[in-house]
Amino acid sequence: MDALDVARWQFGVTTVYHFLFVPLTIGLSILVAILQTLWHRTGDEKYLKLTKFYGKLFLINFAMGVVTGIVQEFQFGMNWSDYSRFVGDIFGAPLAIEALVAFFLESTFIGLWIFGWDRLPKRLHLATIWAAAIGTNLSAYFILAANSFMQNPVGYRINPDTGRAELTDFVAVLTNKVALITFPHTIAGAFLVAGSLLVAVALWHLIRRPDSTDTPAYRFAAKFGSWVTLISATAVMITGDIQGKIMTQVQPMKMAAAEGLYNTESPASFSVLTVGSLDGSRELFALKIPYLLSYLSTGDPNGTVSGINDLQAQYTAQYGAGNYSPIIPITYWSFRLMIGFGLAAAAIALLVLWSQRKGRTPTSRWLLRAGLVMPLLPLAANSFGWIFTEMGRQPWIVFGEMLTRDGVSRSVSMTEVLTSFTAFTLIYAALAVIECKLLIRYAKAGVPDLTPDPDTDDTDDAERPLAFAY
Amino acid sequence: MDLTTIWFLLVAVLFTGYFILEGFDFGVGMLLPVLGRDDRERRVLINTIGPVWDGNEVWLITAGGAMFAAFPEWYATLFSGFYLPLLLILLALIARGVAFEYRNKRPEASWKRRWDHAVFFGSLLPAILWGVAFANILRGVPLTADHEYAGGFFNLLNPYALLGGATTAALFLTHGAVFIALKTVGDIRDRAAALAVRVGVATAVLAVAFLTWSLTIRANTAAIALAVAAAVALLGGLAAAYARREGWAFIGTAAAIGLAVATLFTALFPNVLPSTLDAAGTLTATNAASTPYTLKIMTWVAVIFTPIVLAYQGWTYWVFRKRIGVAHIPRH
Repeated sequence: MDALDVARWQFGVTTVYHFLFVPLTIGLSILVAILQTLWHRTGDEKYLKLTKFYGKLFLINFAMGVVTGIVQEFQFGMNWSDYSRFVGDIFGAPLAIEALVAFFLESTFIGLWIFGWDRLPKRLHLATIWAAAIGTNLSAYFILAANSFMQNPVGYRINPDTGRAELTDFVAVLTNKVALITFPHTIAGAFLVAGSLLVAVALWHLIRRPDSTDTPAYRFAAKFGSWVTLISATAVMITGDIQGKIMTQVQPMKMAAAEGLYNTESPASFSVLTVGSLDGSRELFALKIPYLLSYLSTGDPNGTVSGINDLQAQYTAQYGAGNYSPIIPITYWSFRLMIGFGLAAAAIALLVLWSQRKGRTPTSRWLLRAGLVMPLLPLAANSFGWIFTEMGRQPWIVFGEMLTRDGVSRSVSMTEVLTSFTAFTLIYAALAVIECKLLIRYAKAGVPDLTPDPDTDDTDDAERPLAFAY
Repeated sequence: MDLTTIWFLLVAVLFTGYFILEGFDFGVGMLLPVLGRDDRERRVLINTIGPVWDGNEVWLITAGGAMFAAFPEWYATLFSGFYLPLLLILLALIARGVAFEYRNKRPEASWKRRWDHAVFFGSLLPAILWGVAFANILRGVPLTADHEYAGGFFNLLNPYALLGGATTAALFLTHGAVFIALKTVGDIRDRAAALAVRVGVATAVLAVAFLTWSLTIRANTAAIALAVAAAVALLGGLAAAYARREGWAFIGTAAAIGLAVATLFTALFPNVLPSTLDAAGTLTATNAASTPYTLKIMTWVAVIFTPIVLAYQGWTYWVFRKRIGVAHIPRH
């Protein structure tokens, strides 16, 4: 292990961790805004209760997303300074625009929403959660545009004097075909998490306390969440399919590695299960569905799909000697786990809808258990998706332009990276435990009681306690 | 004015905004154990910055992003060179941000005490380290000809930089006390006002010493004028605090911080990170900059969106303009 390995581990750990909170922030901000809009439109108190209830869970999660996000921005300069030098002209712009255009919007309006319940007119207060939600989703676009440049560099040239990448067409960077398809795929994945959380929490209350006066609220949340889960699962599949075809064009090695396809085939079959030799150069056993891979990658059942060995030979000729394939077992399994966990969440959502058919209230303990693991499934799917897409790009940090090992900071010692990796891992682990306990505590507490506090009724306005306070 | 100068100015403005805004957040955090004698008083203190601290912190993220986009070499060399101080700042900001949100989520006193520590140290540490970092930027650090930092952690802890750290911490403390006096009612307001004056006198001594030392390292006429203006603003702010004119006092300390940061950036220009080792290693606004095309796009984005951000952040402060006191804190 050297400083490069530790820097890579740190990036992996901090990024996967950051992205446990981000999907919930992206999805839940919109879902809470919808709940509050429903209350605004209908005046039905159950929507207000749900807004405040899920709003609280949203905020517990939001805080973690914010603080782990700052690490991401600093990390490029701290651990990957040569990468930052190489791509700064292009990569820095979307990050700066994200902060200025989206993140200011998100964080300022979140503050207004939290503390504005009794300070702002109702309609304006509703607008603040929408502004925050729009900021959150907008920020995802800029970050994904930056990441897409690493996957499929466009709109740039290499300056022969400095050896650095320079921006030539900013519109091309923002409309990178990888960004255009990764954005809906990621957002749909985020809604998969948020919908599942709605279901899990509501189901727990429905089954544990079927005679509660708040049952109508939970019934609505379980149904609403299930529909969100199902619709976003469909969107994840459609966008994922398109993304797979685009990825086959721009990074054929990643898709060949996802399939464990060693030799070029036409037509190619989809591997359900492949076991390769330990050095990853040959396959030992495989279970396959004929024509499917050709269809998935090219849209034509007889299409040609390049294999790892042929691509390796092609890249060696193009970029010089070296190993240009990612770690095959990781790409192969992360790709399958991403799909599997996502499908499992959708299946549970279907069961939950079935259990509530024609006004029934779900009672099954088995369904409860399934519902409780439900939010973990898309979280895992999201993580494996990112692990797949980032590990699958290796050994490149910018595909075809810069190797990951050339991007690391030269002036940073092993001791320094190890210190920072250890510190982040420890503080993140401790915060994960605290956050989970808090989420469970507040999820169990259920929707709030909205009857006003009797001792605050007659106090005059200037002395009345804040509706919300830290 | 050419694009690199505009972006040097913009990065300077973003850091200035960050230190003015998060400066009082840090001050409030550092004063939590001093001015908050019981849980409800501590909640009053935290709630004075409750709606705004997160938006204030985005100034840092934007400043970092702007530095990355406009001066990639500066960003890369600075962030990899100042590795451990930045790591400590990140850890502190993580603990502090979570603490605000989680502190009141459980009733146990031990739970709250732990988060109070996180708020205190999470505010104190960055308040010192930002001063250390910016003093080192002005002073210069050992850089090789290919712009790599060649010093260690302890290179950064020289007496001048430590004075810088003490100065920023003291400035933020005074600024925070003035802010609390402006935003609260009752006993806590009186104590904050009295503390602001006491701490403020020591702060003025530190600030004058630090700025004078800075100007002996590198200076130009504009920087000297700004330093004098910073000192005048601080003394004016303190006089206003003494007279219990809290709005004016806040304007005074805010201006003092802004002018002090402006002094450092003005003295630094056109360098962005001078090298003490190899003159070829010195980073300037020109050799660290992105291409004119990138800077032009970023200029358009900044010109359009900065006024919008300022408008809605300003509006937030207007919405939450009312003073708060213990009576406003719910009992649960």
